[in-house]
Amino acid sequence: MNSQLTEALARLPAYLGGHVAVSVTALLLGLAISLPLALLSMRRPALRNVLLGAASVVQTIPSLALLALFYPLLLGLAALCERAFGASFSALGFLPSVLALTLYSMLPVLRNTITGLNGIDPAIAEAALGVGMTRRQSLIMVELPLALPVIMAGIRTAAIWVIGAATLSTPIGQTSLGNYIFTGLQTQNWVSVLFGCVAAAVFALAVDQLLALMETGLTRRKRGWVAAGGAGLALLTAAAVIPGLSQTRATYTIGAKPFTEQYVLASLIEQRLRAAGHSAAIREGLGSGVIFNALRAGEIDAYVDYSGTIWTNQMHRTDAGPRAEVLAEMAKWLMQEYKIAMLGGLGFENAYALAMPRGRAQALGIRTLADLARHAASLSIAGDYEFFGRPEWNAVRKAYGIGFREQRQMQPEFMYAAASHGDVDVIAGYTSDGRIAQFELVVLDDPRHAIPPYDAVLLVSPKRMNDEALLAALRPLVDAIDVTAMRAANLRASGGGGASPGEAARWLWTEIERRKGR
Amino acid sequence: MTDTRPVIAFDNVSKSYGGAAPVLDRVSLDVREREFLAIVGPSGSGKTTLLRLVNRLIDPTEGSVRVEGQDVQSLGAVSLRRRIGYVFQGVGLFPHMTVAENIAITPTLLGWDGARISARVDTLLDLVRLDRTKHRDRFPAQLSGGEGQRVGVARAIAAEPKIVLMDEPFGALDPLTRDALGEDYRRLHDELGLTTVMITHDMLEALLLADRIAVIRDGRIVAEGTPRALMNGEQDEYVRELMATPRRQAERLKTLSAP
Repeated sequence: MNSQLTEALARLPAYLGGHVAVSVTALLLGLAISLPLALLSMRRPALRNVLLGAASVVQTIPSLALLALFYPLLLGLAALCERAFGASFSALGFLPSVLALTLYSMLPVLRNTITGLNGIDPAIAEAALGVGMTRRQSLIMVELPLALPVIMAGIRTAAIWVIGAATLSTPIGQTSLGNYIFTGLQTQNWVSVLFGCVAAAVFALAVDQLLALMETGLTRRKRGWVAAGGAGLALLTAAAVIPGLSQTRATYTIGAKPFTEQYVLASLIEQRLRAAGHSAAIREGLGSGVIFNALRAGEIDAYVDYSGTIWTNQMHRTDAGPRAEVLAEMAKWLMQEYKIAMLGGLGFENAYALAMPRGRAQALGIRTLADLARHAASLSIAGDYEFFGRPEWNAVRKAYGIGFREQRQMQPEFMYAAASHGDVDVIAGYTSDGRIAQFELVVLDDPRHAIPPYDAVLLVSPKRMNDEALLAALRPLVDAIDVTAMRAANLRASGGGGASPGEAARWLWTEIERRKGR
Repeated sequence: MTDTRPVIAFDNVSKSYGGAAPVLDRVSLDVREREFLAIVGPSGSGKTTLLRLVNRLIDPTEGSVRVEGQDVQSLGAVSLRRRIGYVFQGVGLFPHMTVAENIAITPTLLGWDGARISARVDTLLDLVRLDRTKHRDRFPAQLSGGEGQRVGVARAIAAEPKIVLMDEPFGALDPLTRDALGEDYRRLHDELGLTTVMITHDMLEALLLADRIAVIRDGRIVAEGTPRALMNGEQDEYVRELMATPRRQAERLKTLSAP
């Protein structure tokens, strides 16, 4: 428990820095857009309705989806830019997060500013004109000060929303306090999840209170309070962001998808690079599509993917072949299409596989997917958030004519226990997951090869394909990890093991060395 | 109060909104220098519209309004308003500004320097019989109705205007306060040589304070004259009705005070 807390604290500067940078930028940008728009719409009811309508529609989009939508949008824009100007920008992380959060911050500011200004007693507004103010003077000297409490309430709501939603920018590659939550959820490290939540809440409350101080200062016209609030906000931002800036940027960035094995492998690569005297950083929690594009664009330098994922998602193949052929064809395709170098396989597979409790399978006489198909109509299945949308699932259904009574999506970490407790009958698990053995599940055979092989492969970005230092550090990992070692490392790093991904990676490396020595 | 050139002149002024019956229908009226004119009429008679035409809070549909000989349409609305004092119905003080800041608003807009403004605020507080130290830094919410309207008067005359427009200034006050304030203002009007147009629906107030009264109904002036002339003349059915109450009050008081 204590070591988990220490480790969480050690990551705080980086995570908080990223979180503050993205949320403060989004908030400032949101204010810079919303306030003038609200003023512009003061005497234009049509514009007002359009603005409030649009902002409300944005608000109905779940924040995670909004963040996710900006990534492909910017990716397209970046490609256009590249074509038009020969230079491009990073579509990963900061930019999409800021834009989505900016949109998200607009409704409360727009609505409250408009409501506040409209709510002013018409007699007061007329008195302002009567004493000889211009429209602008009336706005600045009378209307805005009187609407200030309502406007500030909107700004405070926006601040809390943005700071909360910024935790969701982790999956599109922005380091934030969400890293604690996403990583913790994957590795069942509840200390980490709680730490992330508490840190985000404390930051949100601090910002809210400082804004409240400024508000009180403005209405009671205590300049000192306004200054103190402003200085507090500036200090908070600076204290969070500056340590991150002064840190020299790591030479190499390793990507990791959001699950335990990926955290362990990314840590392993990071440790190898550091052992070779290079600086390296991990960008974790990236989704399958995001991470591949990030490698293509050189925003990350290397990561571990799985042959079946590239085969179906990128190459759009629906057939499947033997492991070696798939690997060879894929390496050629990656190089030709994207100049991505495949350094080699790590030596194990992490395939999707349908699994069920051993006792239940024996009782029903199920050993293969073909056996399963006969009973499926009365059974339920659980998969991760991707599985039921993936081509493999279609292939399985087509090849075996399987149709389940019910299918559920679940956080992968909970699937195994759910199957073992009988909450679901069958799960689409991962072959390298240590919990298949831990929960006494049995993997069902796929005699018709509906699911392609999922060899773990090391991919290197086009930018780094000739970087000898990087390649040399990674080469010892090729064909060095077998599935039992990986399962054991995964089990250590997930829930029951109590080890951090870094500790599991160190254990895995000693295991690799030990086996080599033999 | 000898005959002088009109400071405010309404010349055949009409105001209508869309196709509805006009709010003002060909009104002509002169206000002479240093005169205290009361405009009396029921709600919806067009009296507030008439007042607002003077400082261009409203522009006429037809006809012209002249202030000190110049057509107001040829003058900038903002600078015109800064040289005409305006006392609003129901006070109209800015709730987020102190008494001193409220009073100082027009001089501030005119760019007076700080020392001159500060001195002027003190003078004005004395003029409207408020306490310099006690009231200066209070907010409007901390004032009584009478004190609030005293500040309203001080604000209207702060930039030393020659003309003051008053829109039912004392309507919301209790009778005692209202009397005291009316008399105080009348004194200021005379001392400062102001030209005042005051709107009221209270004929007694008009009779007691004004030099001349114009009665307006349905957008037209139906009677006009000194309080004495209105008291004794019998022009119009409506005017007779208006005069009935003050007359009855006067007679009752006379019988009460008789030995």
